[in-house]
Amino acid sequence: MNTLLAIAVGVLYTTAIYMILRRSIVKLVIGLMLLSNAANLLIFTSAGLTRHGPPLIVEGSTEAAAVVADPLAQALILTAIVIGLGVLAFAVVLIHRAYEVVKADDMDQMKDTDT
Amino acid sequence: MNNPRQHQSLILRVTGYFLLPLLILFSLFMLLRGHNEPGGGFIGGLVAAAAIVLYMIFSDVKAARRLVAVDPRDLLGWGLAIAILSGLPGLFLGQPFMTSQWMELDVPMFGMLKVGTPLLFDIGVYLVVIGTVLTILLTLAEAED
Amino acid sequence: MNHGMALDILLPILIPLAAAALSLICWRSRALQRGISVMATTGLMVAAVVLLVRVYDNGIQVMYTGNWPAPFGIVLVADLLGAIMVVLTGITGLATAIYSLATISKAHEHYGYYPLMHLLLAGVNGAFLTGDIFNLYVWFEVMLVASFALLILGGERAQMEGAIKYVTLNLVSSAMFLSAVGLLYGLAGTLNMADLAEKLAPHQDNPMVQIVAMLFLVAFGIKAGAFPLFFWLPASYHTPRVAVSSLFAGLLTKVGVYALFRVFTLIFPLGDSLIRDLLLGMAGATMLVGVLGAAAQFEFRRILSFHIISQIGYMLMGLALFTPLAIIGGVFYIMHHIIVKSNLFLISGLVYRLQGSYDLKQLGGVYRQHPWVGILFLIPALSLAGLPPLSGFFGKFIVIKAGVEAEFWWLVAVALVVGLLTLYSMIKIWAEVFWKEMPEGSTASVQQRGGTGLMVGTVVALASLTVLIGVAAEPVYQLASATASQLLDPPGYINAVLGDRS
Repeated sequence: MNTLLAIAVGVLYTTAIYMILRRSIVKLVIGLMLLSNAANLLIFTSAGLTRHGPPLIVEGSTEAAAVVADPLAQALILTAIVIGLGVLAFAVVLIHRAYEVVKADDMDQMKDTDT
Repeated sequence: MNNPRQHQSLILRVTGYFLLPLLILFSLFMLLRGHNEPGGGFIGGLVAAAAIVLYMIFSDVKAARRLVAVDPRDLLGWGLAIAILSGLPGLFLGQPFMTSQWMELDVPMFGMLKVGTPLLFDIGVYLVVIGTVLTILLTLAEAED
Repeated sequence: MNHGMALDILLPILIPLAAAALSLICWRSRALQRGISVMATTGLMVAAVVLLVRVYDNGIQVMYTGNWPAPFGIVLVADLLGAIMVVLTGITGLATAIYSLATISKAHEHYGYYPLMHLLLAGVNGAFLTGDIFNLYVWFEVMLVASFALLILGGERAQMEGAIKYVTLNLVSSAMFLSAVGLLYGLAGTLNMADLAEKLAPHQDNPMVQIVAMLFLVAFGIKAGAFPLFFWLPASYHTPRVAVSSLFAGLLTKVGVYALFRVFTLIFPLGDSLIRDLLLGMAGATMLVGVLGAAAQFEFRRILSFHIISQIGYMLMGLALFTPLAIIGGVFYIMHHIIVKSNLFLISGLVYRLQGSYDLKQLGGVYRQHPWVGILFLIPALSLAGLPPLSGFFGKFIVIKAGVEAEFWWLVAVALVVGLLTLYSMIKIWAEVFWKEMPEGSTASVQQRGGTGLMVGTVVALASLTVLIGVAAEPVYQLASATASQLLDPPGYINAVLGDRS
């Protein structure tokens, strides 16, 4: 399972970077989405995959009765997903506005501020 | 589009009217049960916002704005304020910021109800999420028209 | 744990956050928003100074949010570096808030300028005060989202084009940061920076640890605008409103620099590693490329943008040399740079108000019309170039002296040449904007008469701070020195956060 997820993470990063390097700004945003998903999956994989129960501790006890899955990695991913949602929502608004102003879905037409 | 209603599916409109109150109820359910089971302010807020966006799709943007009644920006502000406030009670009790405070209420017929500052925080998040999603989507939809 | 002290750490984050919420609630009223903005930034500055004094007197301050013990909960930690950065944020925030009163149009105020500004300040302060690496990521994102929206305020074509590059590269950097955090958690099983420092200390040679350190270097390098990762900066920083430019120029890249200082003194202490050699090379190249880029420009704010990059090089040089004196120099440089850089951008806005252009070729004769603006420009400009007795001279002097002591002659040579080229750039602005006659057929014209009182007031205040840092260099040096000894003493930080368990 680890190998499979590692390959999936690799594929996500590759496609993300390929998309970011395209000229189209829509594809650019798709690339950014894939990139944040790749990072999330990486956290998931690197924190270790376990098939254990939920990390709940019985009332009155201070230790978990059985081995439990690590909840922190999932909390991190959840936070990262929430942040990713906010940032990408903004990115979509941005490319929409940029398309309206520049009237092209093409990074090559957006070089005015580079020189 | 001259008349946006021309392009709309009857099925969507009819089911939409039924779905809207159900989705809003479901979002509140998600918000409230978040502490013991999967759910919470974020996901509840997304469901509520999605419900309103669904309404926007089968009617129009103006109607959606009327449905929300308050400006999404107000929701954002109040939500943020509530979330910050939820961290303060701990400070007054001499504990660090965000220390959760719980109290148990005895509600007739239902039994014990445990309410605490994390719920307040979640309500804040709920409002912020609805506010953010609606501000962005309604602005985008208005720009399309 | 004294909880009164804990509030000190919290306030610099809570005040701007509350101000953002309040000004969102009052978004219909301009007057209320303006009032909240000035009051909140004033409060922020006071709170920041109080925090700095407390940290200076009593050592590192820690707050355990939610009363969860470290390393399980998120801790807020104020050491001297963090507290100094927060004070600088307060100063820049207040200056920008006052300057904004005179320059931000009604439409932009209505669009949410003030809430975004406060959110940005909250994000920046959060990043300076957190003791948790994932929380650092969260504050970075808060800051980024606010900065994205501020950047496109106005909606001009250049802003959109600049923003796309800014957003893309910063998101790539965020994704890298997040990946690095994930890998680090997989390696060490903790996210608390003090705990990480302790757990990783015996494993610095582990290749996986080196890879994670490298990811951090690239991620923060992009945020800091270091060579060869800076291309988003000159493409975007000259496009937003001047007050926004000034806030970005003063604070945003410095958050990246701060993160580099924090991570590479605490979690991955530099020592004699490959990363140190890389950082040394990056520092030199950043200085040189930045200043050469500036030399080719003829737009007021673009020249200044390239100079941000070049100045980042000096700070990185301070970090990369990694001797006590070099770190002192780096910290001193940050203190000097934030104030000078914000001020120069504010002055470019003042000139725009007076003559209606940022193009050096269209401007001219400002000194003849308004001699005081010329003087006000010369103070930060010469300070940036490093002329004594202004603040920049001491910053450069300490960093270069550290370079000489460490015998990195090539880096010293680069730093000296870059100093000269900076002077050339500043003189170019002086000659073109202030000294030469207004060119014939210039399209420049007065934008708006009056209303420059607040602008000038802000510029004067920041310029006097620059002079003050130069005149009172000794106490500032002492502060930087105390900061450096804290930074070079990770066990002190670890004990303050996790409790002394020895």
